[in-house]
Amino acid sequence: MAHHVLDMPIDAGHARALRIGDTVTLRKTLFGIRDATLIHMFDRDRRTRLDLVGHAVIHTAPNVHRVEPSEAAPVGYAPFCIGTTTSMRMERFTDALMDREGVRLIVGKGGMGPETLKAFAERGGAYLAIVGGAAALETTWIETIVDVDMDDLHPESLWQFAIRDFGPLLVGMDSHGGSLFADVQRDVASRRDAVIASLGAAR
Amino acid sequence: MDLDLNELEVVCRDLYVRALKILPPDIKAGFSDLQARETSATGRAILGTMVENVAVAERTQNILCQDTGIPIYNLVIGRNVAFDGAGLKAAIRRGCERATKEHSLRSSVVHPITRQNEQTSCGIRVPIIHVDFDARDETVSVEMIPKGSGSENGSFLQMLLPSDGINAVKRFVIDRVIELGGRVCPPTIVGVGIGGTSDLCMHLAKIAATRPLRSACADEDGARIEAELSRAVNELGIGPQGLGGRSTSFAVHVEIAATHITQNPVAVNIQCHSARRARATLTPGGISFD
Repeated sequence: MAHHVLDMPIDAGHARALRIGDTVTLRKTLFGIRDATLIHMFDRDRRTRLDLVGHAVIHTAPNVHRVEPSEAAPVGYAPFCIGTTTSMRMERFTDALMDREGVRLIVGKGGMGPETLKAFAERGGAYLAIVGGAAALETTWIETIVDVDMDDLHPESLWQFAIRDFGPLLVGMDSHGGSLFADVQRDVASRRDAVIASLGAAR
Repeated sequence: MDLDLNELEVVCRDLYVRALKILPPDIKAGFSDLQARETSATGRAILGTMVENVAVAERTQNILCQDTGIPIYNLVIGRNVAFDGAGLKAAIRRGCERATKEHSLRSSVVHPITRQNEQTSCGIRVPIIHVDFDARDETVSVEMIPKGSGSENGSFLQMLLPSDGINAVKRFVIDRVIELGGRVCPPTIVGVGIGGTSDLCMHLAKIAATRPLRSACADEDGARIEAELSRAVNELGIGPQGLGGRSTSFAVHVEIAATHITQNPVAVNIQCHSARRARATLTPGGISFD
């Protein structure tokens, strides 16, 4: 169970060094992405001017304040509350996100499925589990909103955040076929019949 | 008592923001109960982070979760209250919109077909407004629920057969909780509706999911089933965030309604650990927030 401090972006070797159960702290840069962003990028073939190669994306759509552009708010947005949404809805986009945009890490909650695990194994990537619903705390790890693209989809824009010690995050899925979520699901499935049997029969 | 709609508008605005920032005391107590029982190291760490987040939100005046939810307003109006019904609905809507604009909240509400976001947290038939009546004199209570969507996506309805019995209802609940795993941001409150018509059954599940912890179903048989299911879901091992442990749910809540001789409906609606709600009471003496 190693702890990794990663200055983003990283390469495939760094991503493959991550193992389930390890913890990670991200530094420097993180991109925000979610349903509409991915639908527009991949189902409607929209291109972004932002360079995601080697980077981590977090499944998010933040609460932001509109402010006068300044050094602290280069594109006129100040972070207010930035949290994480359920990752599983974005399952079918992982491979394309890694292949076309070069993304290496996905930060999310609730875990992802077999398509994502396959993409990680083939291309070198990992899923970093954050505690969903802990957005007030997560916001303290964000420094500035550096850039934003596809803002017509607001709040589901493509966001670029400058981060300070973002984490600790738990490696929930790795590039070696490991998934803590799948492990728990197997364990739960093995308990299911006993739990059902323990329920009282109807009168 | 004449209900002052300008006052109601301000209350509806403030309740939305309060609900997003302050976790109700029963949920905070629920976290303490789960922490005392959790044996998984990962589970304990996650619960610790959730509790820390509640404190950070209060200290930094921030909202608890990024998801501002679908706004729901539940009004209960007592006797001897005069009001303009259409004006009342408009006042609630204006309050919801003002909360979003004045506090720079993320609008999480879109048109279901065009996906257009008006950036007001309002849209067709949203905010959702429920009005009920009770026997209290000159009293109006307003409850605001920003219903988070990671958990709302964990909603199911099944029109079971009478011959399937109540055991099939219980199995349905357990199997849906297993299917959802960590997606619904556990520890959750599992809301279960039993009976009614299809729409009422689903509504019962929402009432159950948003009911305070340590409250029981008013029906004796419903209360017995919720106690039984509350124990059972926490033996599945799903745990906080679906990463293993005992703390899958704070509780399973059941609400029931009479149903048709041919029907055996069951519905599930989940509330996430950020189980937010806020309530205010308006009387001739003034406004009080819970």
